[in-house]
Amino acid sequence: MSTAPASVPAIDCAGLRYRFGDHVAVDGIDLDVRTGEMFGLLGPNGAGKTTTIRILTTLLPVVEGEARVFGLDVSSSPMQARRLIGYVPQQLSADGQLTGRENVSMFARLFDVPRRERTERVEEVLDAMNLNDAVDRLANTYSGGMIRRLELAQALVNRPRVLILDEPTIGLDPVGRDTVWDRLRALQAEGITVLITTHYMEEAEELCNRVSLMHHGRIRAVGTPADLEARLGPEATLEDVFRHYAGDSLEEEEGEFRDVRSTRRVARRLG
Amino acid sequence: MTFVARGASPAASADAAFAPSPAPPPWRWLGSRIATFCLVEIQKIRHDRTELVTRAIQPALWLLIFGTTFDRLHAIPTGGIDYLDFLTPGILAQSGMFVAVFYGIQVIWERDAGVLAKLLVTPTPRAALVTGKAFAASIRAFSQVIAILVLARILGVDFTTNPLRLAAAALAVVLGSAFFATLSLTIAGIAMTRERLMGIGQAITMPLFFGSNALYPVDLMPAWLRAFSVINPLSYEVNALRRLLLGTSGNLFVDFGVLLFALVLGVTVSAAILPRLVR
Repeated sequence: MSTAPASVPAIDCAGLRYRFGDHVAVDGIDLDVRTGEMFGLLGPNGAGKTTTIRILTTLLPVVEGEARVFGLDVSSSPMQARRLIGYVPQQLSADGQLTGRENVSMFARLFDVPRRERTERVEEVLDAMNLNDAVDRLANTYSGGMIRRLELAQALVNRPRVLILDEPTIGLDPVGRDTVWDRLRALQAEGITVLITTHYMEEAEELCNRVSLMHHGRIRAVGTPADLEARLGPEATLEDVFRHYAGDSLEEEEGEFRDVRSTRRVARRLG
Repeated sequence: MTFVARGASPAASADAAFAPSPAPPPWRWLGSRIATFCLVEIQKIRHDRTELVTRAIQPALWLLIFGTTFDRLHAIPTGGIDYLDFLTPGILAQSGMFVAVFYGIQVIWERDAGVLAKLLVTPTPRAALVTGKAFAASIRAFSQVIAILVLARILGVDFTTNPLRLAAAALAVVLGSAFFATLSLTIAGIAMTRERLMGIGQAITMPLFFGSNALYPVDLMPAWLRAFSVINPLSYEVNALRRLLLGTSGNLFVDFGVLLFALVLGVTVSAAILPRLVR
């Protein structure tokens, strides 16, 4: 497969809109994630972050607007687009009935990693995620942080050009969170573009080159954390920026039951 | 940590390092995905064999209690063969169906755990994913079949030992179970929850079982039930198994043709419905 020239954005959305019945989850957003950057999609529950990611990863169809990954239209070329993407969903999604190695190996096969390279590639990503000592243990014996690292290994075994992570540190303890942050920084240093959603402002400030604030399905602001803070005032933090655009009152209609259920599942699996 | 190809400088090989694996020819996709999901199922069975034992109990009871009792009663005309012999292919097909009809529960669990979303983001056509899952279910079903055949032999059932006929019988079980797995995946895509799927699964397994020739010849059925048995793929699976294992009369081309057609139809429908699970 040909590689896209450097000028092509890693992710490019134009006028992207998606509805669940009468509810407009994503309301005509434009998004431009540059190659090699770590980009944060911020917003409260129900802002449209996960829906945007689901469209980009081809889990939801492009109904209105355009979405491209390295120039590939995800609607007309979903198979090619998926080969460029490493995806880590919000839930801790390793298969507990398989060992760590088997979990990664399954994805190596599904991404058609050539047989002669497969074993080496699987060991390489497990090693990179520091899971060597646990590769032959069932994943249901892993801690939350280990499962997240295992998921990163699964997402990386195809050598994707863009890594898309939905709330990667939700439910993790500070040690697990720091480990995931370290891995993400290292991946970015290797040249992988990273798109993460989060509602932890500290995480966005720590990791992201640029962030985008979503609210009610629309993008309210885009820029570097420092730029967005400066726009609000000399003492402003990213949390102030978040409150400025998203509001700080509790809105009953915000967030779907799906979000709550998903978070509960994560918490339950983490014990 | 590095993902740069060995022997290449990071700068020169940046593109190559992150280039995805080349796509195989489309004709290889299906075989590759079926093999992958079957391998995963075998790995899971290897890690936890308790289900093999517990699931074998019910069909064993059908043979041991129902089969041996009705064998003595001679109440059901079976065309000159012992009732236990007549029943064994029916129980083989039934046990495969019971395993497969509830396979959708595993897929709903995968949906809840986020695994299904990740599978759908791999370069796997939906139809190949469903076919792979269906054959994976049949691997689980097939392992039950071996246990039942061993028990049947111990009980004195006289079935063929011809390896070709046994292989063809295995194929019939695999095709039948794969079809019922696609039925389960379709129901999973509609029911959306484990509880509903359990309920629907329990509601359809017995009608499918009793509405087939697994327990008695279709000639004994009332007309309406006989009509149902004609469109019930389980009947064709049982027919094929009786023909292959016991040498009864029948048309294997029709039996395998119906099973294959049902499987293709099941894959088509469930592939269209499955993405609903992750929306």
